[in-house]
Amino acid sequence: MRYSTYLLQRMLLSVVVLLGLSALIFLIARVIPGDPARIALGPLASRTQIASLRTAMHLDEPLYRQYAYYLGGLLNGDFGESLYTRRPASADLRELFPSTLELVVYAGLLMVVVGIPLGILAASYRDTWVDTTVRLISLGGVVTPAFVWAIVLMLIFAYALGVLPVAGRLSPGVVPPPVVTGMITIDALWGGAPSTYFDFLRHLILPAVSLSLAGVAQAARLTRASMVDIAGRPFIEAARAFGISEARIALKYMLKPSLIPTVTILGLDFAALLGNAFLVESVFNWPGMARYGVEVILHKDLNAIVAVVMVMGLFFVVINFLIDILVGYLDPRIRLRQMEDAA
Amino acid sequence: MSTAVAAPAADQLRRTWYAFSRNTGSVVGLAVVVIVVLATALAPWITPFPRHARAFTDFEHASLAPARPHLFGTDTIGRDILTRVVFGFRFSLLLGVVVLSAAVPTGVMLGLVAGYYRGWPETVIMRVTDIFLSIPPLALALAILAVLEPNLQNAMLAVSVMWWPWYTRLVYGLVSSLRNEAYVQAAQIVGASPVHILLREILPNCLPAVLTKMTLDMAFVILIGSSLSFLGLGVQPPDPDLGTMVADGAKYMPDLWWISVFPGLGILVIVLGFNLLGDGLRDVFGVEV
Repeated sequence: MRYSTYLLQRMLLSVVVLLGLSALIFLIARVIPGDPARIALGPLASRTQIASLRTAMHLDEPLYRQYAYYLGGLLNGDFGESLYTRRPASADLRELFPSTLELVVYAGLLMVVVGIPLGILAASYRDTWVDTTVRLISLGGVVTPAFVWAIVLMLIFAYALGVLPVAGRLSPGVVPPPVVTGMITIDALWGGAPSTYFDFLRHLILPAVSLSLAGVAQAARLTRASMVDIAGRPFIEAARAFGISEARIALKYMLKPSLIPTVTILGLDFAALLGNAFLVESVFNWPGMARYGVEVILHKDLNAIVAVVMVMGLFFVVINFLIDILVGYLDPRIRLRQMEDAA
Repeated sequence: MSTAVAAPAADQLRRTWYAFSRNTGSVVGLAVVVIVVLATALAPWITPFPRHARAFTDFEHASLAPARPHLFGTDTIGRDILTRVVFGFRFSLLLGVVVLSAAVPTGVMLGLVAGYYRGWPETVIMRVTDIFLSIPPLALALAILAVLEPNLQNAMLAVSVMWWPWYTRLVYGLVSSLRNEAYVQAAQIVGASPVHILLREILPNCLPAVLTKMTLDMAFVILIGSSLSFLGLGVQPPDPDLGTMVADGAKYMPDLWWISVFPGLGILVIVLGFNLLGDGLRDVFGVEV
């Protein structure tokens, strides 16, 4: 099997996963008691109104036909109207998802640029106070839910010290940049408004940090563990025997192979950030998908729920696919094994 | 080999305990878990205001900052936070225990079957497991809670549904290698039934890994459960739940900070305990989970 075939196979699995997720939500949505048409129209609707909506929603047709219609809608990005906002759910998400995505991307960056160096540091100074400190930090990150971090950091930095803004995305009075992508980083810098961008960054720090801490902890732990594991391998001894400097051994010969498990798990963590963003957004009043998601769940707004869950699923699947590619790049054995199987 | 070895078994236990007790973290974890379990069991007797655990109002003593006799302060309707945190541990433990006792047997059984019988049972079970594992964890729970009423039982159901595949995968991996062991082949040759082989020969050898993972997962299930109730999708008021309490307090930041911060620390303590204990077990058993 060629490497490209392997990737194609992974891609097909992603499609199967999305189909599975859509079928699961469809089934759950259909087993709940209550007539969806009645719920959509409210208690005052007449019998004929309900009957005509039932026809329009294909509710009188067999289940597999209903699933086909539903799937067709999903493929066109049509999730139907949200009962909560009375707008197409896809339009709601187009407005809200970019700002969540932006938060998640920054948190993901923090995970990598803080977590991996911490792990390298801990492995290089193994069994010293540096190692112990990093271990305590990562323990704290793993065992504390993101919303508790959010509240604690907010109390310290926004209220007690007053150095960072409490909530929101921009200070009052700062004109938001014209919406192009919905992500302020791009919109502000593209529109030539760096001061808006810096204001945004100040608002971003606390949510992004609270969101990333669990991932930072995980990254540091994993990087340390696999660096320590690889440090005992013969090829490192060999490099040392050749007189290569310790720093070069650590950063060149040990880092790349030890990143393989880290990247795999970090990919999962990165995808999980989208779920945790729900918790952080609600603390910092971040105008993203979270509040919408919770509201539509509490309002039993099925179309919007399907939209939110499918967007999360799609994000998860795309990230996992990218991780497969990245791991293939980092680990030539994966690529080669696929080649050998072909031979 | 089960009856004649009472003394060596005790010896083994003592040795395991010795290895376990060398690690400060493990002992701290065990101590935290024991204290939390005892505190929840004895909550009605040891908490200062047991009546405050449920619906109760006392506006005269509302929103008091931490001071005697309310060491953690009171909430906006005058309930003692310390009492509610201790009672809140009950819901956390309950969630963890119920979820794991639903998810673990299911996952383990499927893993045993998939790992032992090759062919279509393996394909079907493992593909379904893969799909479940590929669904973002919180999304599945949200989808389930979306259509059911948000309450403790449904939160348990939602978390259980997302948890079993991890055990299927773990046990499947173990069985795949154990099925070629000499003692399994010996049992096959003397004509032992597959049920006997799976439950009496293979399962006991999977238990250290499963128990270790269960301990670590108590921590994660409690974390997820508190996140769901933080969003208002888990335990409903007036029942005291740590996540719900943090969410309540968040509305009164920063003035009434204690309403959120102490329940938040409560989550930290209980999760930390199970996490350290699980890490300790992993080292002692020498298993990968």
